[in-house]
Amino acid sequence: MARVYISTVISAPADRVWSVIRDFNALPDWTPFVADSRIEEGLPSDKIGCVRAFRLTDGGFIRERLLALSDYDYSFSYAILESPMGVDNYVSTLKLIPITDGDKTFAEWSAEFECAPGREDELVEHIGRNVFLGGLMSLKSKMGG
Amino acid sequence: MVSVQRSTIIDAPINAVWDILRDFNGHDRWHPAVRRSALDGGKRTDQVSAIRNFELVEGQRLREQLLSMSDEEYSFRYAIVDSEIPLLNYVAEVSLKPVTDGNRTFWSWKSQFDTPKGQEAELAELVAEGVYTAGFEAVRGRLGDPKSSSRSFMTSAYETSKSSAPELPGKAIQIDRYGGPEELHIVNIIAKAPCPKEVRLRQTAIGVNYIDVYCRSGYFDLLKPPAVPGMEGVGVVEAIGAEVRHLSVGQRVGYACPPVGAYASVRTMPAELVIPIPENIDDRTAAAGLLKGMTAEFLLHRVHQVKKGDFVLVYAPAGGVGRILCQWANHLGAVVIGATSNEEKARIARSSGVHHVILPGARSLEGQVMEITRGHGADVIYDAVGKDSFDHSVAALATCGHLVSFGQASGDIGMRDISSLASKSATISRPNFGHYTDTPEKLAAITTRLFDAILRHIISIEVDQQYPLSQAAEAHRALEARETTGSTVLIPDDIQKGI
Repeated sequence: MARVYISTVISAPADRVWSVIRDFNALPDWTPFVADSRIEEGLPSDKIGCVRAFRLTDGGFIRERLLALSDYDYSFSYAILESPMGVDNYVSTLKLIPITDGDKTFAEWSAEFECAPGREDELVEHIGRNVFLGGLMSLKSKMGG
Repeated sequence: MVSVQRSTIIDAPINAVWDILRDFNGHDRWHPAVRRSALDGGKRTDQVSAIRNFELVEGQRLREQLLSMSDEEYSFRYAIVDSEIPLLNYVAEVSLKPVTDGNRTFWSWKSQFDTPKGQEAELAELVAEGVYTAGFEAVRGRLGDPKSSSRSFMTSAYETSKSSAPELPGKAIQIDRYGGPEELHIVNIIAKAPCPKEVRLRQTAIGVNYIDVYCRSGYFDLLKPPAVPGMEGVGVVEAIGAEVRHLSVGQRVGYACPPVGAYASVRTMPAELVIPIPENIDDRTAAAGLLKGMTAEFLLHRVHQVKKGDFVLVYAPAGGVGRILCQWANHLGAVVIGATSNEEKARIARSSGVHHVILPGARSLEGQVMEITRGHGADVIYDAVGKDSFDHSVAALATCGHLVSFGQASGDIGMRDISSLASKSATISRPNFGHYTDTPEKLAAITTRLFDAILRHIISIEVDQQYPLSQAAEAHRALEARETTGSTVLIPDDIQKGI
């Protein structure tokens, strides 16, 4: 089982950051690598079990199922159903925690998955740097730092 | 049910923060609200179910039990089991998370509890600001996070302490006139609230130096009776002035400098004289070693820069400063010659890094130095003997040698004719501790190198005598009777009881 964990500090209140990322269908709004996204079967994007299908800017196609969403904890979890990355049993959580000192936000994005032997380091590096850190940096700049 | 949550970012790696927090019984070492912490018998500090007994700075007592602790999750939970503050059913959680983007730490501290009716807001504020936010700030200060000095709630913490304790009572040793050790007597004192550039300390250990004897007897006029002697102390910051930027409440600090006034359990003094003490150096070692170690630092690195291969002559190599000079000069690669008076001291000198010991005998000191150095002489001589040694020192110098005269244990050097120095192009220095330590920048540079030398075991500070503060007279008597070895410290009587 491989693990990825990336965290950062966003200079905006957790409520505001959450309002941007809470929409499971909103990846194109705040990440640099998603070209378009839709929710299958016309379900609401906060219905547990809904599936988002999105295309990456490099052409890759990914489907992910929403496993959990908590407005109380500012967090959601999802599993990959289909992707070009070659990962199995991939479950990821994105969570915000308020920093009361300065009214900022601590954001952490983590995942656990399985993959072919020998590809673990490469995938941890790719997901950590290009997906999670890249996504959080883009979110930070969207929130004004 | 009241819920309180506070969180912050500390500019230090998670392991550095966790090292401080995970010691469940160590919170008195950093939290400004906690004066003392002790575990119920038989349990370890990281043992789940351990109970710590807190005595707060404001006097209340409470008992808290460790409910869970996880090194993997960087978190622990605890409950109040007994308290003089009405926090009921109180359960709190401390947890850390790494900020991977920048190697910093997210720290959350939260709790839920009940209170007597009507006290919810007041107690929530006490827990949130007085406990959690003040704790964040103290740990930030301990870890040297520069953000700590500019926080607005430092000012409010200061104002709180000012309003709650404008005057802090304590004990001190005073003299009413110059004289013998019997003039040292205990008095009740008040440490006033700090002015904007001052700091108020609860002292835990006080260094005794021979200069204190000179001050008491009136040989030096650094002290004008009635007054409190002493130039060296270590303690915890109890309150700080609004303009103080380099210290925070709860921090362990020390100082070694005039003005006199160190023989006291509490002290208000200029903050710029006070420096933080590293975690790995205990209070007694710091109190015993600051003044002597700082002296050795500037003698070896600033008055003269000792190099590899230099012949260095040190008088009194078994004494307080002498021992540190020899250890450090040896480490710098010098050939160290120690001039002492008997075999017992010669043994101590050798164990302190002296390569060649000179004892009084048929041959003169300069004759023995010339033999050891094969006619070269000493490149630098550290001479605190004064009157009796001065001429021998000049004779033992190498060409272009440097005589550093920094004391007069045998009496004033008196008038000397400097024309004879031309025969060797000799240099003489007469350094004064004050001139090498009179700015925060100089202090920081000297103490940084000193603490590094202590932590790397280049030098060792031996605390061989310890007295309660109330027995300072006995400490002086022993020092003057030459019954002591290494360093002597005084411990305020209330701290002494706690040890």
